[in-house]
Amino acid sequence: MKKEIPPQMNLSPKDENWMEKKAEFKKGTYCYGAPLKHQNYLGLPNPREWQPHSEDWNLPENWKDIILQGMKDLLEKYRSFKLFMDICVRCGACTDKCHFFVGTGDPKNMPVLRAELLRSVYRRYFTLPGKIFKKFAGARELTEEVLKEWFYYFYQCTECRRCSLYCPYGIDTCEITMMGRELLNLVGCNIQWIVEPASNSFRTGNHLGVPPSAFKETLDFARDEIEELTGIKIDIPINRKGAEILFVAPSADYFASPHWYTLLGYLMVFHEIGLDYTWSTFASEGGNFGLFHSYELMKRLNAKIYEEAKRLKVKWILGGECGHMWRVIHQYMDTINGPADFLEEPVSPITGTRFLNAKSTKMVHIAEFTADLIYHGKLVLDKKRNDKWVITFHDSCNTARSMGILEEPRFILRNVCNNFYEMPENTIREKTFCCGSGAGLGADENLEARLKGGFPRAYAVNYVKQKFGVNMVACMCAIDKASLPVLLDYWVGGVEVCGVHELVGNALVMKGEKERVKNLRGEPILEAEKNEEDLR
Amino acid sequence: MIRLIYAFVLTLFLILIPLFGVGILGLTRFFSIVIPYSAFLIFLAGSILRVLSWVSSPQPFKIPLTAGQQRSLQWIKSSYIESPYNKIGIFMRMLLEILFFRSLLKNEKTNPHVSKWLLFTSNKRFWLMSILFHYSLLIIVFRHLKLFFEPIPSIVNLLSRIDALFEISIPTILLTEIIVLVCIAYLLLRRIVVSQVRYISLTSDYFVLFLLLSVVLTGILLRHLFRVDIMDVKRFALGLFLFNPYIPHFVGSCFYVHLFLVSFLFAYFPFSKLVHAGGVFLSPTRNLENNSRTIRYLNPWNYPVKTRTYDEWEDEFREMMKEANIPVEKEDRKI
Amino acid sequence: MKKIYDKGKTLTGLIIFVVLVSSPTWYNLVFGKGNYVPDLKVEKNGKECVKRTSYMKKNHMELLKVWRDEVVRTGNRTYVREDGEKFEISLSGTCLKCHTNKQEFCDRCHRYVGVTPYCFGCHNIPRETRK
Repeated sequence: MKKEIPPQMNLSPKDENWMEKKAEFKKGTYCYGAPLKHQNYLGLPNPREWQPHSEDWNLPENWKDIILQGMKDLLEKYRSFKLFMDICVRCGACTDKCHFFVGTGDPKNMPVLRAELLRSVYRRYFTLPGKIFKKFAGARELTEEVLKEWFYYFYQCTECRRCSLYCPYGIDTCEITMMGRELLNLVGCNIQWIVEPASNSFRTGNHLGVPPSAFKETLDFARDEIEELTGIKIDIPINRKGAEILFVAPSADYFASPHWYTLLGYLMVFHEIGLDYTWSTFASEGGNFGLFHSYELMKRLNAKIYEEAKRLKVKWILGGECGHMWRVIHQYMDTINGPADFLEEPVSPITGTRFLNAKSTKMVHIAEFTADLIYHGKLVLDKKRNDKWVITFHDSCNTARSMGILEEPRFILRNVCNNFYEMPENTIREKTFCCGSGAGLGADENLEARLKGGFPRAYAVNYVKQKFGVNMVACMCAIDKASLPVLLDYWVGGVEVCGVHELVGNALVMKGEKERVKNLRGEPILEAEKNEEDLR
Repeated sequence: MIRLIYAFVLTLFLILIPLFGVGILGLTRFFSIVIPYSAFLIFLAGSILRVLSWVSSPQPFKIPLTAGQQRSLQWIKSSYIESPYNKIGIFMRMLLEILFFRSLLKNEKTNPHVSKWLLFTSNKRFWLMSILFHYSLLIIVFRHLKLFFEPIPSIVNLLSRIDALFEISIPTILLTEIIVLVCIAYLLLRRIVVSQVRYISLTSDYFVLFLLLSVVLTGILLRHLFRVDIMDVKRFALGLFLFNPYIPHFVGSCFYVHLFLVSFLFAYFPFSKLVHAGGVFLSPTRNLENNSRTIRYLNPWNYPVKTRTYDEWEDEFREMMKEANIPVEKEDRKI
Repeated sequence: MKKIYDKGKTLTGLIIFVVLVSSPTWYNLVFGKGNYVPDLKVEKNGKECVKRTSYMKKNHMELLKVWRDEVVRTGNRTYVREDGEKFEISLSGTCLKCHTNKQEFCDRCHRYVGVTPYCFGCHNIPRETRK
């Protein structure tokens, strides 16, 4: 069932007073509430069994005071919040920049309005004109309906920061959504797809709840698969004290597909260059769903990375392909859980390159690491092995707009494949469109919202598919790898998704390898040539 | 639309106040001295307090929005303005943002009904009108300095002369008079016509535009129709700032309306969205370096949280780990 | 009193702001001319003025414009006031009779309020004025 592109988008909202319009919990557009046991495990405030579509949310008696007090605290803690509440002029530059607005046409998905949901309440209780003139000053009472609306729309924002790029004052809807979610958490309104992985991660070390034994099994399985593909038996060190480098990846890399092939790629590169490194069963998750929940949960989940680096006495940390994980590592980790003074300034043991940009946090992105290897000619690469694919690159929101790692993956791609084409420039690099499932919204029950939100991205992919015959989207984010296949299958069809290091793994010529006839997916490397040979 | 009407009525009401107060009650002293002084005081104190309220909250995290390549490997060209890593980069980024509205310049429109493949088209008109609007206002304020400075700095005279470039009519019709009117009309129409912007517009958004429009219109009337004795006005203006108030004699009610609206605008400033003028300097997504992995950024309220320590974790999984031959920290006390 | 963060930058910004908005006060104090009101020299050589002083103060440019149009475009050199009184339309012949000194009358006020009439960009200053 292929959908026509473009669909009839309606970006002209009809006139109505949005302040009086209730949020409608339509199935397929919202996420389910968090199970009680996970709320309890994490010790979240006001825990209870609860669902967004039920009439009564069983809010605590004094929920209004909790929210208002919470808002006051946040305003005192975050200048960004206070400032963004005050300085918006509602110029409308951001309105059509949000993928959720473009996809759903719901006017409350316009970034400015998403912020106004909070702002209207802020005006009512924290500003003089709002207190005096009430609705004439754009102020609004905090009611249960307003709270429901907050929940609906703050869990329909992927914190991708695209709107902020276009805002003349740099107002960041990601900050707004984070504040909104902090407040909702105070009265126990959380979603399952965030709280459950977070609780898993707290208990087992990773979002998927993989216990150490299964972690080892899966890495052993990867080892066997690499042996089958290349004839080389590699070593995968786990919890090895005294290793030079601790490697931390999102858990999806070793438990989901197509992430798995990226994992194989990492492992092959590490073996080939003889890297002195280790995995950790405790810090077996780079991702951090706490980021989508609250400051405190983010900090609690993130702490294990430095703790484990210290215990294993490594020199520095290398991080795998992930989006929001890198937002946390790049912009938060050192601040919340640093200083990492027990580690050393990262230096590539292979090329001697000092990663000066990571000299305080002591954590290097694998794309930076691999790009450096390739630049110094440390990897033998056979681009032809990726020839069956015409590749485009999807920048992940977090790595593009909160980190600026734009050229490294492109440099790698140009060195590992022959057919690389960019999507239209309004949809890549800092202007990249979200997959529609970030910030903890990758659940099944909100699939409709996800598919709509991902539409602009799919549209751009379809563009390069038609124009250049693109059949593979490379990306560096675990959520992308999980959500883009569904999205592209729905809107586009015939386009697969891979990690950058899967392509590196394919192209990597390893010392002593047998003839590589299959790529990491176990498919024939060169379909076209194979066929020709068969004909002969 | 009701919000537009509220705003319009409110503006009319504001215009009536000085007309009634001066025209009928004859409260010239009140409207020429008390009102301007109180407005100025509210403006000054309000703006300072507003900024202080912003900076009394810390910026806990370094959250620049990177709009370009980070500085990482030496051979990759980094974008030092879009993804600044030092103070010079920040200075340049802020300068371009404040003087040229750089983010707005990036604006593009998402086209809902596309026949072409491209979903997005560049949209520079809004940027152009905004920048013309703001610079016109700036020049207009600057031109008024001739009433407040004695002797008049030559730069003010020069600017006025450039503004009078067209030499049409006497007194000359000024460029900024026309431009600012066109811009206000554009901004107002945009709020009324573009459905997205109409949807988000609040009463105060229309009100600010109506207020500015009436200030500009009364200003234009004072220059071209209901003229005043400008010498008397200057004496009045200087008197205010030298704390030697002088009530102007040779001015009409139009002057009082203009003065009252300007006073109101100033007093309203710190309580309205107009504070964006100061706020833009503090925007954390623009004024922080993208170097959070290079230099540790400190959060003043960074408090300790309950984490799960390695020991707690191992206690739960130790047996399992030993079975799977994964190295553990502590052998179990006793099996 | 709450703690202030980024004290240095904030104070610098606020000081610049206060200096800017108070500039009329300190500028005029520095130059000491704030209380200056131009003294306009008029010699009572002719009859009464064409219009009342209060009108002329605000609208002399308007009258001059009407006069220019009359002379240049219709060739009419006589101006009839509302009350029937006749005047010769002539800058040097009528106006300058009393307002003899351009520098001490016209220019002094124009300079005070920052007005630069563009007439004299092309036209010579009438000989009759004693500069």
